Amino acid sequence: MGGIAMHNEFAVEVKNLYVEFKTDYGVVKAVNGLDISIAPGKTLGLVGETGAGKTTTGLAMMNLIPSPPGRIVQGEIRICGQDILKLSEREMDKLRGQQISMIFQDPMTSLNPVMTVGTQIAEVIAYHEKVNKTEAMKKAKEILELVGIPAERAKEYPHQFSGGMKQRVIIAMALVCNPSILIADEPTTALDVTIQAQVLAMMKELKEKLHTALLMITHDLGIVADICDFVSVIYAGRIVEHGTLEDIFDNPAHPYTKGLFNSLPSITNRKTNLKPIRGLMPDPSNLPSGCPFHDRCDDACDICTSAMPQKAELSESHYVECHLFHSDKDKSVFGGTK
Amino acid sequence: MSENNFLEVRDLKKYFQTSRGMLHAVDGISFSLKKGETLGIVGESGCGKSTAGRAILRLIEPTEGQIYFDGIDIRALNKEEMRKMRHNMQIIFQDPFSSLDPRKSVSQIIEEPLKINRIYATNRERLDRVKELMDLVGLAQRLVNTYPHELDGGRRQRIGIARSLALNPQFIVCDEPVSALDVSIQAQILNLMKELQAKLGLTYIFITHDLSVVNHFSDTIAVMYLGKIVEKGSTEDIFSHPLHPYTQALLSAIPIPDIHSRQERIAIKGEITSPIDPKPGCRFASRCPKANDYCGRAEPALVETGPGHSAACHLIESIQ
Repeated sequence: MGGIAMHNEFAVEVKNLYVEFKTDYGVVKAVNGLDISIAPGKTLGLVGETGAGKTTTGLAMMNLIPSPPGRIVQGEIRICGQDILKLSEREMDKLRGQQISMIFQDPMTSLNPVMTVGTQIAEVIAYHEKVNKTEAMKKAKEILELVGIPAERAKEYPHQFSGGMKQRVIIAMALVCNPSILIADEPTTALDVTIQAQVLAMMKELKEKLHTALLMITHDLGIVADICDFVSVIYAGRIVEHGTLEDIFDNPAHPYTKGLFNSLPSITNRKTNLKPIRGLMPDPSNLPSGCPFHDRCDDACDICTSAMPQKAELSESHYVECHLFHSDKDKSVFGGTK
Repeated sequence: MSENNFLEVRDLKKYFQTSRGMLHAVDGISFSLKKGETLGIVGESGCGKSTAGRAILRLIEPTEGQIYFDGIDIRALNKEEMRKMRHNMQIIFQDPFSSLDPRKSVSQIIEEPLKINRIYATNRERLDRVKELMDLVGLAQRLVNTYPHELDGGRRQRIGIARSLALNPQFIVCDEPVSALDVSIQAQILNLMKELQAKLGLTYIFITHDLSVVNHFSDTIAVMYLGKIVEKGSTEDIFSHPLHPYTQALLSAIPIPDIHSRQERIAIKGEITSPIDPKPGCRFASRCPKANDYCGRAEPALVETGPGHSAACHLIESIQ
């Protein structure tokens, strides 16, 4: 990792991050005090629904929040120990691609249609490494082979590739400088299931080979079960529950996390009734007081409407932000109040 | 046709002329459906499932084939008769963001079918019906004068459902009605559609790429690949004993939100081939893990393997 001393055990660490956007209709509070950390080589799933702040979090970690209207209000983002919010634009440019990369949801619009895919990948290499054109192209071809695309297709244009192939090209481009952290923002949502399975298998293999820390942004708990080591559930710009894969899937604690599981049609038992979460995600320009989930929560009590819950540690690896777990010791952990 | 089939489709084809040749979007599909039941049509992008849904309603004119709706051959109907027939057969579209006219208010969108067909004599009666429909799909009446852009995806899809129900149809083609929605909202809409089916006795064709949704929703399933039905059967049969290698691969590719029941993935290589002037032979052969030389030469027919369960694969005997 260059000459930067590692201050801690995490490839990336985000602390108390706030991001807002000024619009004509008021200030949109997209991220509200969010914490994330990922150890090298591990995968964290960031799970939530549309508007929860998943993509904003990813963009903030790249320091790519469009400004104006967006602004990182406060917080700390450490990439390999370095606080990126203190870097100049030039230093940040060097970091992007080399230490942190991001792949986006839609492979159809993330590539330049008038450049061959080989040239697009070689461009990244030439920017970050002292190599000449031929060497850059050679390396571009190697990485294409690594993601399962024959090297001779480097001279083709994006429109000659299918959706799954384009997403492979984008993954190749993100990984070509061997970054410590890869942010994948819904990388397979635009793909068919059989192609999704191919791409996920490839990503799993690559991150093991390259020892990349991966932030997997997704709304699909099936993908999380498949690829992640840890899970953070995001709601209204905060991590409301975090734990290992086993913590979240075996002992989901937050009513929202439980609601997400209950909303999913079961593949094994088709007769189960879906229990949707009532209501809608709150408007981020007008967040409710107290716990942002309280008006959709069946277990909400008085304190939920007035005070924001603090983190409650359920185990060393598992925490939840919910008043139900802030026991005066006599309240049972899963029983709520009453 | 058999008496108790509410909808019967025989050898339906829809071809499109393109500059590169004839595109076989739907290439001879047959199925039948009883009243009050749901048929799920499942497949990946480009398999022809949406084209099939539209061709069944004659929203695009089929190239060949017969469609019997409640015993009536609807391809023999003229334009005026077809317009009347459409009272009974409606569609819900995938994308609640582009299927609603942004310049119309909620009431204007829902009343449009009522207006076109001059169902009510007065505006008053029509508005009453609009409000009744809004109640039926769980839209608050205060939203009657709002516009689609003011509403979230789930509410917009409720508008689409209310519009499709305006003329009291008996049969609705649902083309990926929940795939643009978040899971918590998706569950609300799926529950609503089930309730409506029970209350109004609706018959559905449910088109989707999402196998866990179709499992939850359908009585029978048809799996499509490149314009053909490769397997059909009851939902239980398809999920517990999938026969066609494509169905098996498709089922194994679903990411399951459970960390204890991981199943082995059947990897299928490559991607869907072109539907333009397809070569004779099984269309899945080039990706099939079990294919032999013969599969590429002759087209397999859909053969019955058990009661109500059939598959189109040369290797079906060895697979069974």
